[in-house]
Amino acid sequence: MAMTYNEDQSMLRDSARDFMSTEAPVAHLRKYRDMDCKDGFSHDLWKQFAEMGFTGILIPEADGGLGMGHIEAGIVLEEIGRNLSPSPFLSTSVVAAEALKAADKAMRDRWFPGILAGETVIGIAIEEGKKHHPEKIALKAERSGNGFRLNGAKQFVVQGRSADMLIVAARTGGAVGETDGLTLFAVEKDAAGLSMDAARTVDSAMAARMAFDGVEVTADAVIGDVDGGWTVLAKMLNAGRTGSAAEMVGVGTGAMDLTFDYLKQRKQFGRVIGEFQALQHRAAHLYGEMEMARSAVLKAQNLLDEDDPRAELYASVAKAKAGLACCLSVREGVQMHGGIGMTDEYDIGLYMKRDRALAEFMGDIYFHADRVAKLNGY
Amino acid sequence: MSELEAFRTEIRAWIEANCPPEMKTPIKSDDDTCWGGRNFVFQSEAQKQWMERCAEKGLTVPDWPKEYGGAGLSPAETKIFRQEMARAGARSPLNSFGIWMLGPALLKFGSEEQKRHYLPQIARGEIRWCQGYSEPGSGSDLVSLQTFGEDKGDHWVVNGQKIWTSYADKADWIFCLVRTDKANKYQGISFLLFDMETPGVSTKPIKLISGNSPFCETFFDNVVVPKHQIVGELNRGWDVAKYLLGHEREMISGMGGDGGTASLGGGFKDALGDEPILRAQLAMFDVESLAFRAHSERFMDEWKTGKAHPAYSNLMKYIGTELNKKRHELVMAAGGSDALEWESERSHGGKRARDWLRTKANSIEGGTSEVMLNVVAKRILDMPGA
Ligand SMILES: Cc1cc2nc3c(=O)[nH]c(=O)nc-3n(C[C@H](O)[C@H](O)[C@H](O)COP(=O)(O)OP(=O)(O)OC[C@H]3O[C@@H](n4cnc5c(N)ncnc54)[C@H](O)[C@@H]3O)c2cc1C
Repeated sequence: MAMTYNEDQSMLRDSARDFMSTEAPVAHLRKYRDMDCKDGFSHDLWKQFAEMGFTGILIPEADGGLGMGHIEAGIVLEEIGRNLSPSPFLSTSVVAAEALKAADKAMRDRWFPGILAGETVIGIAIEEGKKHHPEKIALKAERSGNGFRLNGAKQFVVQGRSADMLIVAARTGGAVGETDGLTLFAVEKDAAGLSMDAARTVDSAMAARMAFDGVEVTADAVIGDVDGGWTVLAKMLNAGRTGSAAEMVGVGTGAMDLTFDYLKQRKQFGRVIGEFQALQHRAAHLYGEMEMARSAVLKAQNLLDEDDPRAELYASVAKAKAGLACCLSVREGVQMHGGIGMTDEYDIGLYMKRDRALAEFMGDIYFHADRVAKLNGY
Repeated sequence: MSELEAFRTEIRAWIEANCPPEMKTPIKSDDDTCWGGRNFVFQSEAQKQWMERCAEKGLTVPDWPKEYGGAGLSPAETKIFRQEMARAGARSPLNSFGIWMLGPALLKFGSEEQKRHYLPQIARGEIRWCQGYSEPGSGSDLVSLQTFGEDKGDHWVVNGQKIWTSYADKADWIFCLVRTDKANKYQGISFLLFDMETPGVSTKPIKLISGNSPFCETFFDNVVVPKHQIVGELNRGWDVAKYLLGHEREMISGMGGDGGTASLGGGFKDALGDEPILRAQLAMFDVESLAFRAHSERFMDEWKTGKAHPAYSNLMKYIGTELNKKRHELVMAAGGSDALEWESERSHGGKRARDWLRTKANSIEGGTSEVMLNVVAKRILDMPGA
């Protein structure tokens, strides 16, 4: 395992960079925000993602996908982050794809083709509180006939209202706080008893709160094993945490590039502000932090692709470190821009908002630092 | 099995068969480090054996070419060798400024004759080197150095003073920056090698806050240095000096990873029950330290294959040393009043406290953190000059 991109990966990066910066630059996000789009992303863009082959990166070749790994998915995510491109890629092509890989053939055949075509969007319904605690899932699934009946609530389902299907983590056994007794269900968007309240989040995406009021699903809707959902959920979490960390590397780098450009242009006291050592040192420190985050993420991706058990630990290291570095980048970004950094018209603030939303996705810095400690026995 | 995997199997078996058990225990003090040199006294037969066995296979300098005493390993093989050494918990067989600093500079700038003469001596641990860069008036602003070498035809006569010369009193030879042209600041320095036993060289140890005296003032009083002992061209020593500093910084940055211990907090499990904030600080530190370990791996993969920015080791040095200082602050905090003991048997002569104090130099020696940030800003980020 080398901690550098091979030739194919470098080519993928070039084409993803090219695609995202022309088809979905920051102006694209602004456009969808300003038209108050109810999805928070463009369906046309999602189709273009499919034409580029991005949507099938993690889908196995046997299912018609590209059968590539988390490094490749991360390459696309970094460019998404750098351009703040709004898309269902992280939820659908990374987290849901990881879950569906563990599903039976009928379910894979039901959903993979739509994802590959850029027609299907899948929402991830895990969270029940304002902070990430997957083992505390309480939404209840009781046996009913040959299937299950779901009762409870979910929140922070990104693009939930636009989703064709939701992957819902529910409790079929065990006590709240335990990882045993969880089961994953594929719930179709128009299921009876499912209601949604979608709200725009600070980053101009849409996230839904959902109520499950006696939602009936058949036994075929189960992904993985009844009561053994944690096995698949853990994989989804590893993929989502590492994936969101990769996106944050993109967000942080994008903000940093904007800032460094500004340091080389803006003049005060008769010189370019980038000449001031106080700013140079902070810039160099920031660069180092972003570089460390990039390495931590690449390590996690490598370990995931090799099915190495240390991926658990490194997914948390990656999410925590990317969280620290990206947050520093956007804060320094706004500060070093001075007044213009506070304006809506200038892009740096949009980076700050995306960072805040990604920070909460599947566990924040503190959650993951705590997890690193626990995994190391303290 | 791929060739690399075959290599891994082979090297693993070799370490297994050749590394004495005592050389697989953690280093307790600086005395456990094998520095080599004319006057080095081995701590044990095992230490001597381990160095000699490695030297015989070229493994004290695994990636140097075979003809100069190395094992000629490729970057990928070197990485595997280091992983297997860490896996076995094997100590480094030989450490020295010759390996870390002078060797790489000679490989790049030395004449064929110099390489064949000096490099194998370094690889076999026969000659111990010290570094004569800093002077009382020239620290961060190294290029202002004053030690002068007067041209006397077939030799120079060197006069002046160096300071902070680590292990000058124990070293056999010195690589030294000497001004050979007073009119030209950058292109007036030459990189000279000479024996510390040459008449006119004297040293005076300086005591550190850790209580040890690993470095000295070094004086040159009409020291004769033959002309063939210059590395690189006359007055172009600054190029050699900078290249060497790159390797020095790379080496120092390695300390942040700290010898393979995965988690700092994991070592204090039992003591943290009543210390929630300390536990939290350790957890945040472990995030940094694991991220840095991944980062060092990426840097090595890029550096050894020529993909890293030439100034990147400055960034590594900054991050690694700041992290190492933080590590030792936390070690002291977790150790509480136990860690304050300075002389007791129980505390191995105050090892924790002395190590903690010693780490404060990490962000000074080899170029300060502030200077590293200056270099990163200017050379990597391309920030405008003041
Ligand atoms: C343990 C130890 C071992 C050493 N070993 C060796 C050795 O073997 N050989 C050798 O030659 N040298 C050695 N050194 C010397 C070391 O390289 C110097 O101490 C170092 O380069 C700093 O120089 P100085 O001490 O003169 O500090 P100064 O240069 O006087 O710096 C004082 C302070 O000013 C800051 N500063 C200086 N210039 C700038 C600037 N442009 N911008 C911002 N801040 C600035 C510094 O960062 C520092 O905080 C060693 C030092 C130590 C502590």
